Order: sequence, then C-alpha cells, then structure tokens
Amino acid sequence: MASLTLDGLTKSYGDNTVVQSVSLGVKDGEFLVLLGPSGCGKTTTLRMIAGFVPPSGGAIRIGERDITQLPPWKRNAGLVFQSYALFPHMTVAENVAFGLEMRKVAKAEIGPRVAEALRLVRLEGYGERYPRQLSGGQQQRVALARALVIRPDVLLLDEPLSNLDAKLRLEVRLEIRALQQQLGLTTVMVTHDQEEALTMADRLVVMSEGRVRQVGSQADLYERPADLFVADFVGRSTMIAGAVTGPGAFRSDGGLVLRCTGETPQGPATVALRPERLTLGADAAGLDNHAAGTVSFVSYLGAMLDVHVRLNDTDHVVAQIPNRADGRIPAVGDTIEIGWPASACLVFPREAA
Amino acid sequence: MMADGRLAGRVALYGVAWATLGFILLPLIFVTWLAFFAQEIPSFPPEGYSLKWFGAIAANRNFMTGFSTSLQVAVAATVIGLLLAVPASLMLARRQFLGGAALNQLLLLPLVVPGVVMGTSIYVFQIETEIATGLPILGSLGGLVAGHTLLVIPWTVRLVTASLAGLDRAAEEAAQSLGANQWTTFFRVTLPAIRPGVVAGALFGFVTSFGNLEMSLFLVGPGRITLPIAILQYLEWKIDPTVAAVSVLQILLIAVAMVITDRYVKLARVV
Repeated sequence: MASLTLDGLTKSYGDNTVVQSVSLGVKDGEFLVLLGPSGCGKTTTLRMIAGFVPPSGGAIRIGERDITQLPPWKRNAGLVFQSYALFPHMTVAENVAFGLEMRKVAKAEIGPRVAEALRLVRLEGYGERYPRQLSGGQQQRVALARALVIRPDVLLLDEPLSNLDAKLRLEVRLEIRALQQQLGLTTVMVTHDQEEALTMADRLVVMSEGRVRQVGSQADLYERPADLFVADFVGRSTMIAGAVTGPGAFRSDGGLVLRCTGETPQGPATVALRPERLTLGADAAGLDNHAAGTVSFVSYLGAMLDVHVRLNDTDHVVAQIPNRADGRIPAVGDTIEIGWPASACLVFPREAA
Repeated sequence: MMADGRLAGRVALYGVAWATLGFILLPLIFVTWLAFFAQEIPSFPPEGYSLKWFGAIAANRNFMTGFSTSLQVAVAATVIGLLLAVPASLMLARRQFLGGAALNQLLLLPLVVPGVVMGTSIYVFQIETEIATGLPILGSLGGLVAGHTLLVIPWTVRLVTASLAGLDRAAEEAAQSLGANQWTTFFRVTLPAIRPGVVAGALFGFVTSFGNLEMSLFLVGPGRITLPIAILQYLEWKIDPTVAAVSVLQILLIAVAMVITDRYVKLARVV
C-alpha cells in the first residue's frame, strides 16, 4: 500500500478539455471518492490513474514512483469495474488466479492465495463455478477478490455498485468499506451516487466540468459548500436569487430581506437553504429570519414531510419537517409561519453566466 | 371467420416453408440416390443399386489430385484469411479511422462480385504482375491460394467483427490492470471470447474455397486441377453416377466439418 498523488492532471481531446489540472493527494489507506454528475471528468481521471487514458499533462505518482508513462500492466493498481468484467471462459478461481499468474507467482503459492482472497469476500467453495453461474452481487465480489489478490498499491473502483439492486447495494457498500479498512487499502472510487459517496468515503472530491470544485469531509461538503454547484449537488437546497446589500444583509429579487452570516461582498448573490434547517409554525417567530407564506405543495415521505412554501411572487422555499404523530400535516393553501437562523443561509456570489 | 382466416394463413405458411425446404433439399437427395444407381446412364426407375461408382473415384486420377489440391488450397486460404481477418477486424471494430466504414464494405466485396468477374480480374492482375516482376505467379499454387484467400476474407471478417461487437472491453482492461500486456491480453482474454466467430468464419471460408469453380478456372496452371474443375471436366464426356458419388463425398465432408464445429461452437448462435 502506498499514497497516491495526482499533480496537475489534465486531459484534452483537441479543444475539449475534459479534465483540467486536477491535483489531489490520497493518503496511505485512505478511501477517496470522486463525486460528480456524468461528464464531470471523474471517470476519465480514474482511467488516467489506471493507465487506460494517456494524460495530456501533469503527473501521477504512487508513493515516490512516477507512473504517468507506465502502461496499465506495470502500475499494480487493482481495478473493479461497473460491469464486473470477469473473464467468462474462466472459473472463479482462474479469474482470481489470473493476476498472480501474470506476476509469475509460484504455482504452489497461487492456490492458497486464491483461497484466501475468496474467503475475504465470503465466496469459499465457489472456485470451480463459472461467472455466469453467479448472481450479480457474487460476481462483484469475485471482481473484488481478483483485484485484491495481487496486493495492489491502490484500489480503483469505477461505479462498482451501480449494477446491483438497491438492497444489495447497501450491503456491498458496507462490505467493501469494511474490507478496505481491514486491509488498509489506498482506494479511489468514482460514483455519481452521493449517498454511496457519503457512506463510504474518508474524504470526497466534488468534480464538475473537468475541475475539482471542493475536497473535504462529508460535513465540509454539506455544511460548508465551497460554491453554489456543491451546495446544489450535495444534499438538497432551495435557492433564492437576489443580492448582498451590506454586511450580513441580503435582499431577494422578490423583495425578501434576510439576515445572513459570512462575508460575501456586495453584489448579485444566491442564498441556498437546506430544507431541514427551516422551522414551520409558532417556533419560527423567534428566528433571525421569518416570514409568512402559503403552502403550495406537500410531499409525504413517510418519516419526513416536504412542505413547499411560497413567500411572494418570486421566492419559494422547501422545508423538511419530521412527520410526528401529534403534529398536524399542513395543507395546500394554508398560511404558515416559516423561519430559519442567519447561519442557515449559505450565501454565494452569483457566477457570471 | 377470423379463425378460418388464421387457419388458412397457417396452412399457407407451412406450405411455403415445406416447399422451400424441398426445393433446397431435393437436388441433394436425388444426387445421393443417383450415386448408388447401378446403370451408367441415369434413368428412372433405377435398374439396381451398386457401390461401384465410389470405387471409380479412386481409379480416376483427376478426382484424386483435384481433391488433394482443393483441400490444400482451402486449408491454406483459410489459415491466411484468418491471419489477415482477425487483426483487420480488431482494427475495424475498435478504431475510428478515415475510410474505416468504406474498408469494411470493400472487404465484403468478394461476396457480391460475380466469381467470373473476380477470376478474370485476378487473372489479368497476375499476368501484369508476372510481366512487371518476372516472378512465376500465374498458374502457381501460391497464386491460386492468394485468389482463394479473397473468398475466405469476407466470411472471417464479418463473423469475427460480429463477435468483437459483443465483447466487453472492460474484460480486456481488467486483464491489463492485472498485469497482462497487450499480447497476453489478446491470447488469454480476447481470442477465447471471439473464438466462436473465428471458428465459424473459418468453416464458411473453407467451404466457399473448397467448392469454388469460377475463380479456380482462371487461376489453375497447366496440369493442376481442383475438385470442382475435375467434376466439370468429367461431365463434359460422361454423365455416369461417378460425379454423383463425388458430390456425396463432398457433402459428407462438409457435413462432418459442420458437426465437429458445432460441438465446439454453437453455429446457430453466431450465424
């Protein structure tokens, strides 16, 4: 195991730059997740680390070893694909043994190591089966065993769970995470599923349009998003467009005056509000910001209720409140008090369109 | 009314299907039957049955050397055709390059160009090449194999390309990440995956070459003969059942090849 360093990694196809100067450090044994919408460059970044896409610029290092120019077969990176990519004509044991054969590991040693890898992924006794005889989840675990058995310097996971059904995905998520921690594997995973990213990562990297937008812990991204994109992409927010009119003061396009924290300079800006930080009803009156609005829509989510509240002709917000047995469920058309503290306003200068 | 119409439709469909099948199979059945007739001039009903015409094949030098030449040429053309078609298919299926689509069509041309036209043009080409280079090309076994290779290529390219299209590239990438270089990846992962296409392509290429008459007529040198040419020449003088016996052997050979192939590769899944 070793650390992984990306230094100004760039990929362009002609004029089209898909990854722009990405610099990241993954610590020894750390689980880093690249998160972003499709086309954000996260997969290209992973494929550059694996060696399938030659970078247009920048460097990749595993520990002190510069691997930027090495072909994939000399990188010692374990790779798990979305489609599992098992060899259909080989048995499970042969699949797992493949990397050891390539490394010219002695025959006598291959057997025990394959058995050990299959035990790690709880597939003892499946060695003689063919991939087509296994379920999706089992195939995914074989792919994991095949990548682990070579004792890779880094483990690369390319949307490894998106082909599994929802229930299995939750299980495999925790399994991969436990195994990664147990073996101390330096891991980079690519996903577009933020829940998956939040569950598994030590640290997350949010990418968009080929650039890194923010690197940080789950709480960093959610509570202190670096920009409007991150605030919108990680978790849910309702946006209120307007302008910062002075220190801690914001005026929306609809005429709403809000008290905020932070030091955003005067000028056009957007306030993002997390739905669960809003309070409805009588308790709202004591908060920094409060207003009366009309309920325009209610989603019943089971444990939670999403209440859409129209504040004036242009501004509306979504509040998420617990669905308590004693509480009255607001109805469409109700006039309702809504409020939130100044600290709930995440203020971002409006990006020049 | 509705049920009657549907029944009539079904009867018509079965009728056409059986008629078509009969149209294809009847000549084969008659040839096989004929091969066992006792009399020299085929006429119905047969005057008796005999195996003597199969014996007559062995006694006929043209049939024996023709068979040997056809077999050699077909095997050589198939092997060379595969060696060319597999890399060509990899290129066509995987790389976007200028004229790629046109090249793909071009490689299929030998299937659609009439055999006589192919034969004439290759004949002229070989004459001109021999004049220009002084190499003994015309009428050589090599020249014949080169021509037949063109007959094999459309089959192998098409079938190998089709298998490549269904192949998950990620498996090859997985092999490379596990330490296999491009060669090892090809032989350990890609080739086993496209084997059905390779085998089926080889089989159809072989059969096409083995049965080819038109092109061979132009390209065989003096004293060289292929089995289809031997059959044609024989028919110019005699119509006894020896030719039918030869055809039966040929049908058997190809049937055996298909059955063996089918054991390893389910042909119905490829073609």
